[in-house]
Amino acid sequence: MTLQTGINPWQSHPAVIESITLEVAGVATFRLRLQSEELAASYRFEPGQFNMLWVPGAGEVAISLSADPNGAGPLDHTIRAAGNVTRLLFRQTHGSVIGLRGPYGTSWPLEQAVGSHVILIAGGIGLAPLRPAILALLAQRDRYESLTLLCGARSPDTLLYPAERAEWERGGMKVLTTVDRADGQWKGAVGVVTLLLDRLTLPDPQQTTVFMCGPEIMMRFCALTALDRGIPAENLWLSAERNMQCAVGLCGHCQWGPNFVCREGPVFRYDRIAPFLNVEGL
Amino acid sequence: MTNLPLQTTWFLPRGELSRLIETLRADGYEVVGPTVDQGAIVYSEIRSTDDLPKGWTETQGPGQYRLERRTDDAYFGFTVGPHSWKKYLFPPLVTVSTAERTPDGWSISDGKNDPPKYAFLGVRACELAAIAVQDRTFLHGPYVDPVYKARRDQAFIIAVNCTQAASTCFCTSMGTGPRCTRGFDLALTELPAGFLVEVGSPAGEALAARLPLVEAAEDHTREAEARRQNAVDQIQRRMDTTGIRDLLLQNLEHPRWSDVAQRCLSCTNCTMVCPTCFCHSVRDVSDLTGDQARRERQWDSCFNLDFSYMNGGPVRNDVRSRYRQWLTHKLASWFDQFDVSGCVGCGRCITWCPVGIDLTEEVAAIRSSDGLQRPPVSPAAT
Repeated sequence: MTLQTGINPWQSHPAVIESITLEVAGVATFRLRLQSEELAASYRFEPGQFNMLWVPGAGEVAISLSADPNGAGPLDHTIRAAGNVTRLLFRQTHGSVIGLRGPYGTSWPLEQAVGSHVILIAGGIGLAPLRPAILALLAQRDRYESLTLLCGARSPDTLLYPAERAEWERGGMKVLTTVDRADGQWKGAVGVVTLLLDRLTLPDPQQTTVFMCGPEIMMRFCALTALDRGIPAENLWLSAERNMQCAVGLCGHCQWGPNFVCREGPVFRYDRIAPFLNVEGL
Repeated sequence: MTNLPLQTTWFLPRGELSRLIETLRADGYEVVGPTVDQGAIVYSEIRSTDDLPKGWTETQGPGQYRLERRTDDAYFGFTVGPHSWKKYLFPPLVTVSTAERTPDGWSISDGKNDPPKYAFLGVRACELAAIAVQDRTFLHGPYVDPVYKARRDQAFIIAVNCTQAASTCFCTSMGTGPRCTRGFDLALTELPAGFLVEVGSPAGEALAARLPLVEAAEDHTREAEARRQNAVDQIQRRMDTTGIRDLLLQNLEHPRWSDVAQRCLSCTNCTMVCPTCFCHSVRDVSDLTGDQARRERQWDSCFNLDFSYMNGGPVRNDVRSRYRQWLTHKLASWFDQFDVSGCVGCGRCITWCPVGIDLTEEVAAIRSSDGLQRPPVSPAAT
């Protein structure tokens, strides 16, 4: 299922909640399956894209897919209970039906990154939109020079997908983690995620690609650090977030400079968005 | 309805204007056009020539609009009021999707989309341009809006050439008027004895064939030309659009944004009266049981605080950033998005601003002190 010209962009499709897995406090992964078998079988997405999830009577939210992009599996969405709609989602149960339309937006440039050292930088729940990229990269591990995941979280108990990290490491990805506030058991780094990037050995900065997803301020400083370390601006990619109501560039809410984040984003090449990234309140 | 060459012009005697309305109504069109309501000329259903603002005109200025009596009985002796045709093509409130709870979950369907066939009577050149601008937004992008398309496809457009201008008009700066040259089925120029009629499409030609038209006499043509020239001559307001996209996007931190923010009430009037503003919100409405829900699309404005709301708070937290968003979108980033200016020079935002903010003045102020030497802004990522 991919939206094409001529198809009503507002048309949502019933999707069943197959499972709800609590990840950390206030964050859960919703596993959805389109009710129509035909749609479920044909649905494909690229890592970095998002769906519009509709709780009828409450509203729609734009949620990045965090699912495995390989094959037509279930559609995982890792969601933080933040507003009206997401809070209502948390009150749904297995078997509940919601509306789904998508996928929308741009994706992480996995093909362009082939042959390079790939660094993924995630801040908090920003790891969720990167998860499909992680799984896609690991599935074709030999096409990339090296894979590194830098993760920042507020505290050890807010780290997403703790069980999967070991798996990712076994698959050939270096995983480094830092927290803002450590607890008694924490043996890792403490501080902002840019510090991890500062300390990282870069064998070939020119042939290094960076994917970033997290708070805007985090991505801004990670980009500056990456540039300082000699990684070209056109190798830096980030995923932006804005208010989205239509997902097809019609409602106007997600505008960021000339861009509709839903259409020209959410994944942007840094040098194309940099003039707007540093303007307050744009 | 493309750019057919303007063919032989015809003349419709004044008394026969009603035939035009009757013929359209007989063909199943809902004729909408200008009418006087609550002290302004607005667009509403026109059942006969009695509904038209015969003998009325208006004076307009920044933050000012007054109806006045004309000394003659002209039907179209005014310019543009607070309404635009977008209220028909892009309705202020429409249901885009519905859901009904069933034993298996939700049954989801499209909103009802069977609008009347509209005939627009009295569309000005700047408004033809505005419709063309909205066509790009709703029809010519990667996604076609079914609500707009259903209305637009059926619309019959009767343009009227302006024979006078308001003080707020600046269509000549935007290259959109005052002469109607394309995008209409029929175009009228009003004279005391009747209307010069130009045909702009096969549908217009078919309708013209059924009207009691006579061939236009040479003095009719000459007089119409003189009256149209009168509108051109009356336009005083100017906006220098040279390099306007880069000018604005390179001055995102210009002190003028703070200056205008001191005056702007963030009331949204300018966006509501703008014939090209397309931003809307979509919200859910449900019945008390929660078993019936629908998604309603409603005009929204970048001047509303919650327009840019995210879970961390609004992106555009102050009036400065909201005015900047509106003006830079309208006059600059619209080019990146739709390859055209979002402004057609109709002047509505100037007239209907309660504090009389004039965008041509704001642009001039930024241009006069464009010295921040910012690096050029790259085009949108596509």
